[in-house]
Amino acid sequence: MSVKVRHLVKQYGTQRAVDDLSFEAHKGEVLGFLGPNGAGKSTTMKIITGYLPQTEGSAEVCGFDVTDQSMEARARVGYLPELNPLYRDMYVREYLEFTGRVHQVPNLNKRIDTMVERTGLGSHRHKQVGALSKGYRQRVGLAQAMLHDPEVLILDEPTSGLDPNQIVEIRALIQELGQEKTVILSTHILREVEAVCHRAIIIHKGKLVADSPIGELQQRFSAQHRVTVAFDRPVKPEALRAIPGVASVEAAGTQRWLLTAPLHTDVRPAVFAFAVAQQAVLLELHQEAYSMEDVFQQLTK
Amino acid sequence: MLAIFRKEINAFFSSLIGFIVIGAFLVLMGLLLWVFPDFSVLDGNYATLDTLFAIAPMVFLFLIPAVTMRSFAEENQSGTLELLVTRPLSDWQIVAGKYLAAMTLVVFALLPTALYYFTVYRLGAPPGNLDSGGIMGSYIGLLFLAAAFAAIGLFASSLTTNQIVAFLLATLLCFTVYLVFDFLSQLPIFYGKSDDLVQALGMQSHYDALSRGVLDTRDVVYFLSVIAVFLAATVLSLGRRKW
Repeated sequence: MSVKVRHLVKQYGTQRAVDDLSFEAHKGEVLGFLGPNGAGKSTTMKIITGYLPQTEGSAEVCGFDVTDQSMEARARVGYLPELNPLYRDMYVREYLEFTGRVHQVPNLNKRIDTMVERTGLGSHRHKQVGALSKGYRQRVGLAQAMLHDPEVLILDEPTSGLDPNQIVEIRALIQELGQEKTVILSTHILREVEAVCHRAIIIHKGKLVADSPIGELQQRFSAQHRVTVAFDRPVKPEALRAIPGVASVEAAGTQRWLLTAPLHTDVRPAVFAFAVAQQAVLLELHQEAYSMEDVFQQLTK
Repeated sequence: MLAIFRKEINAFFSSLIGFIVIGAFLVLMGLLLWVFPDFSVLDGNYATLDTLFAIAPMVFLFLIPAVTMRSFAEENQSGTLELLVTRPLSDWQIVAGKYLAAMTLVVFALLPTALYYFTVYRLGAPPGNLDSGGIMGSYIGLLFLAAAFAAIGLFASSLTTNQIVAFLLATLLCFTVYLVFDFLSQLPIFYGKSDDLVQALGMQSHYDALSRGVLDTRDVVYFLSVIAVFLAATVLSLGRRKW
């Protein structure tokens, strides 16, 4: 077990930023950390990296408690904070040398060369960090996080603010890393989770609302169709529910309804027949499958 | 700790702060000691370096806060402090690394003034006719003073994300510790009753004592305590996020 979080609570005054959060992350896994802004993603990451102390509960990295055996735990974590803070007036190589010395990395020069190559910084290694574009700065951030070959990588929104090509490259790098390490990455871009992660944790207001493999999460929710329907006159929700194949009915405005139905049945003909029987005019009939966005919205409403 | 020390030293000399501080100190000292007639050794008719040791604390009052102001404020501002404190380093190691770097810079500024000592030594009539013991004591006092100012500056820098605030706060604190107790002791409520006690709280009386060439343990202990208190306060302030 690389990262183990148990009943974690973080209290800021009267506000609970993290509320009884428990989860685990394993070696060879990319764990997506999803949640709206302010859900407690960053706070949880800051606790795991030892920046903030928890109010209650515990967090472990590779078996080392982050408060009691802080130094051992810290040595095994590579951290890329939100907004990727860097010393702008240092040179890329100088910065990596500094990081390596702090971590007492053996064969530092060779290791830096490897990292520079792996993150694609080759042509920029002699530049000042402040002179780099955002994408290259992000690579520097990743390179410093990976330099000491940590078992656990904690990446707080690693692709925010990058252009689409850069996003693809960084994602590929993260996926590659995920094969041998434990990667926890936070994001609010759902496609990213779908693309990179093996498992996702969704948190909302500090609480865990979902923890399951990506496939399962998609399946659980895309196993349904969502049908939006509007009539020109009021109809009874019970009558709508009676339509064969309709699983649930929800009002979505005046005389507008949101129906869900299993994926394998198409309820649209039945809805049309229902309208004819009710002598109502069908103003709208639209069917779509649930996306990850919907999963997210539903869970964090 | 050594890694932080190296990084800070590099930062001093790559951002010109180091050169400006050393340059400004030496130019000012050189002008006051040899050129400006009101202070000049050449017009004073005595082979002493008293001017240097009287003026240097005033210059340090501004220069040392300028050296230390960015140490934590900048890292706070840019967010790099979060990365730094999550590395396998204790807060003490971080503070010690930055402190030693600042002190190294101060020592580099002071070292060339040894040249003035030899010049004045030669100028004496007969050559060598000057109070070497006093000068040694003064150098030690000045080093202690700078060390205390640097600790204060580091503390001020750790309190804020704004370098200017850090600079002003450090100057104010240094000024208070160095001179204000002396002024306070002149107030009627203290004067004649406990003025020596109030004076002893301030730095100037201890600096003056060391400048006479008398290495009194009380003065040394005073400076060491001021340094320890402010460095400990800096470590506490770094751990503020944990409260």
